[in-house]
Amino acid sequence: MTLTPDFLDGNAAAGDLESLFGTDMTMASGRCRGCGEQTMLAQTHAYLGGPGMVLRCPGCDSVLLRLVRSPTQMWLDAGGLDYVKIPTPA
Amino acid sequence: MPSVSRGFHGRARDARHRLPPGQYETADFPVLSAGPTPAVDLDQWEFTIRTETGARHIWDWAEFMALPSQTQTVDLHCVTKWSKFETEWQGVSLDVLLKDVETSAEYALVHSYGDYTTNVPLEDLLDGQAWIAYRYDGDELAPEHGGPARLLIPHLYLWKSAKWVRGIQLLDEEERGFWENIGYHDYGDPWREQRYQGD
Repeated sequence: MTLTPDFLDGNAAAGDLESLFGTDMTMASGRCRGCGEQTMLAQTHAYLGGPGMVLRCPGCDSVLLRLVRSPTQMWLDAGGLDYVKIPTPA
Repeated sequence: MPSVSRGFHGRARDARHRLPPGQYETADFPVLSAGPTPAVDLDQWEFTIRTETGARHIWDWAEFMALPSQTQTVDLHCVTKWSKFETEWQGVSLDVLLKDVETSAEYALVHSYGDYTTNVPLEDLLDGQAWIAYRYDGDELAPEHGGPARLLIPHLYLWKSAKWVRGIQLLDEEERGFWENIGYHDYGDPWREQRYQGD
């Protein structure tokens, strides 16, 4: 099976993630639970046009994070990440 | 005499009548995906129905192509709010595929090549309501629209019509799929605007 690229870089999701986490997420990083690769947000593959936002690992294509917004709620699944590391101001 | 085109007004009334609440009509066919488009080799393609007892019914591409097909013209309604009227699909009815499958299951979890899944009540796959479609508008179904074959359930929001379908798992208890387990509605009736859990 071969794959064709049809994604944006993860910075396209930075605005949505900032509204969720309340801080700039462009320097955030995390580790894929599927393959163990450490990745910056900008390196992830973002699928944004569908019912929700999906960030995938650039190494193994596993889902790292999903975000769905309804008019009244947000759902977050970050189960594909071992952790998220967010730099804080000194 | 007024110079208003009666034809224009007639078409507008028709479009409103066919649009579920909150939808708008588009002439395009937007491509929305939750992941990379898999290039599925027809020599490797299989479609599997697995029952709640573990029994498997498997078709390869040649066997699938030998089944009787139907051509349907249907309207599509995407939960992202676009609707597309009068799309023509050719495919195999789920009534044909499920005809010899012994089951007392009430639920189905649809699996795609890649990691996509979606849940549907089994009764919504029967009685001429759903197809495994492999041609669109007279041509082979393009990979970006789910080719070589996708599920087509036009009476539900389009996320239920899983692209790149590879199988259906029949279940006694409902299991939520890719979007349903993060907030989207288990059923997804566009006419009742069932977009999110609780709608």
